[in-house]
Amino acid sequence: MAKSTVTPRSDLTLFLGFTLVVLAMPIWLQPFGAAYPDLMQKFAIFGLFAIGFNILFGQTGYLSFGHAAFIGVGSYATVWIFKLMTMNVIPAIIFGTLVAGIFSLVIGFICLRRTGIYFSILTLALAQMSYNLAYSVLTPITQGETGLQLSTKDMRLLDGAVADGAGIPPTNFFGIEMSAWDGLFGFYFCAFFLIVGFYISIRITRSSFGSMLRGIKTNQTRMMYTGLNTRPYKLAAFVISGMYAGLAGCLMAAVDPLAGAERMQWTASGEVVLMTILGGIGTLVGPVIGAAVIKYAENIFSAIDKSVLVDLFSFLPDTLGTFIASVVSLFVGKGWHLTLGLLFMLVVIFLPGGIMEGVERIKRRFFVKSRADSAE
Amino acid sequence: MSNILEISGVNLSFGGLKALDDVNLTVKAGTVHAIIGPNGAGKSTLLNNIIGKLSPDTGSIMFNGQSMLGVQPHQINQLGISRVFQTPEIYTDLTLLENMMIPLLAHRDGAFKLNLWSRGDQQADILEKAHHFLDDVNLWEKRDAIAGSLSRGDKRRLELAMCLSQEPKLLLLDEPTAGMARADTNNTIDLLKTIAGRGLTMAIIEHDMHVVFSLAERISVLAQGHVIVEGLPEEIKGDPRVKEAYLGGAEV
Repeated sequence: MAKSTVTPRSDLTLFLGFTLVVLAMPIWLQPFGAAYPDLMQKFAIFGLFAIGFNILFGQTGYLSFGHAAFIGVGSYATVWIFKLMTMNVIPAIIFGTLVAGIFSLVIGFICLRRTGIYFSILTLALAQMSYNLAYSVLTPITQGETGLQLSTKDMRLLDGAVADGAGIPPTNFFGIEMSAWDGLFGFYFCAFFLIVGFYISIRITRSSFGSMLRGIKTNQTRMMYTGLNTRPYKLAAFVISGMYAGLAGCLMAAVDPLAGAERMQWTASGEVVLMTILGGIGTLVGPVIGAAVIKYAENIFSAIDKSVLVDLFSFLPDTLGTFIASVVSLFVGKGWHLTLGLLFMLVVIFLPGGIMEGVERIKRRFFVKSRADSAE
Repeated sequence: MSNILEISGVNLSFGGLKALDDVNLTVKAGTVHAIIGPNGAGKSTLLNNIIGKLSPDTGSIMFNGQSMLGVQPHQINQLGISRVFQTPEIYTDLTLLENMMIPLLAHRDGAFKLNLWSRGDQQADILEKAHHFLDDVNLWEKRDAIAGSLSRGDKRRLELAMCLSQEPKLLLLDEPTAGMARADTNNTIDLLKTIAGRGLTMAIIEHDMHVVFSLAERISVLAQGHVIVEGLPEEIKGDPRVKEAYLGGAEV
C-alpha cells in the first residue's frame, strides 16, 4: 500500500528547491544558451500563467480554451495605468490583476453553467469575442491593430508630464528600471511573482478548498449529494486562475509596456493547454516546466535557420549534407511548431502524465534500484 | 415516535410511463424501514425524489415537517439526508482519507466555504472523525490507498462511512449488499444493525430478503409505482398480495 508522502515539510522542501532553481536560472541556463533576460522573463511569466491555469484545468477538471483573454485584459489595464497614473509598475500590476479578476468572474459565471466540451467551447467563444472587440470595436481603449502604446503626451498624473524633447520614461519599480542590471532586474521582478504564485498554488492545492476542487473533478454527483454547492467552488477556481493569467499579462506589459490584441487570440489560449499537458496535468511543478520547454523551443528552434544547419552538416558529402539540412530545416526556424508537435505527440502517447510522469518513473526506478542494492 | 419522513400522494410520469402512482409512505424516527418490490417498481425513483434528483409532478415530501419540494440537492443533504447509491459514488481518484475529508468538511463548514489556506490533512477534528468512521467500516488501515483501487465491497463500505460521517438524520440505502458475497453481506448486515442500534433512521431498498428480514422494522411493498402494502415484517411475509405482486406466488 502506498504511503502518503505529502507533508508540510515535503512541501517546504519543494518550495525552497523551486525558489533556488528559479533564482539561479541566469547561471544554470548558460550552457543551454537561454540565460538572457528576455527569454527568462518569458519562462517566469508563462510559468505563472500555467500554474494558474492548472488550478482550473488540472485540479478542477475544467478545460478553458479562453484564458489568453485574461492575459490581454491584464496587459491593457496595466498599460492604461502607465498612461494615466504612473510608470511605477506596482499600482499598474495591482489594478491589472483586479480587473482581470472581475472580468474572469463575469466570464466564469457564464461559462460554468455548462461542463465538459460545452464549457470549453463557451470559453473559446467568449475569448474570441474579447479578441475581436479589442481588435476592432473597442479601438478607443485598445487602439486596435496597432496595439496600445505609451506616448510622450500621456497624462501620467502622479509622475507629471514629460519635459519637452525627453523620451517616454521607462517602467520602474520605485525608481529601479525594469531594464536595470542588464535586464536581470526585470527577470527577478517576474521571478518574484512566479515564486509567490507557486507558493500560493501549493497552499491552495493542500487546502480544504483544494480537496473540494479535486472532488469536483472526480465526482460532481457525489459532491452535490454530500451537501456541497459546487458552483461557487468552481467559480472561485476560475477567478483565481483568471487572476494568475491577468497577473501574467500585467508582467508582460511591465517589462515591455505595450499591449496588443494578438495576446488574446485562441492560439495563445491553446498554448497554455499544451504547456500544462506537456509538463503534467494537476502536478505542482509540471506546468512551469511545460511553459519553459515550449518557450525555449519557440525561441531557440525558431532562431535556427538553414545556413546554420548546412554548417552543422558540412562534414558530410555535399549533396547528402544539403539534403539532411533541408529535411531538418523543416523542423526549425519557422517550422519549430513541427518539433513542438512531435514532442507533444510523443509525450501524450508515451507519458500521458507529462514530463512529471517521466521524472516520477525515473525516480521510482532509481529508488527501487538503490533499495535493491542496499538489500544485498 | 414522530414521523421523520412523510411522503404523500406523490405522482411522477416519464412521458406516458407512470413511474410513481400516488405513493404514500411514512418513515418513523429511529426505525429501519425497508422498501421492497420487483424490478421497475419505482423504488430508486422514489429515493431520487427524496434527495432532490427528481421532483414529483404532484404530491408532497416532508422531512422533519419541512417540504423538500424545490429544495436543492445539496441543501437537502445539509438538512440531514444522506444516500448510499446502488453503484458506489465515491471519489475514485482520491485517497480514502481525502474521500472522508470532503463530507466531513461539508458537514462542518456547510455548502460553501472558501478555505484557501489551512491544510485539509492537518485539521485535528476532521482527522479524528475520519479515523473514527473509517475504523467503523474497517478501512482505516487503507486510508492512503486510492479509492478506485478498492474492491467492490470496500467501495460500498467507504461510501457508507462517508455518509455516516455526516451524522445524517435519515440514511437512504439503495441495495447496500448488491453484488456482495454472502460473508460480505453478513458483515454489512451486522454493521447496519450496529448503526441502527445507535438510533439512526434508515430507509433501505433491498432485493435480498435475508437482508430485509434481518434489518427491517417496517416494510413497504412497491409495485408498478404504487405502495400496495405496508406493515411489520411478519405481516408482509404472510400477505398474499405481496406474493402475488412481488414473488409471483413463490414461497418467501
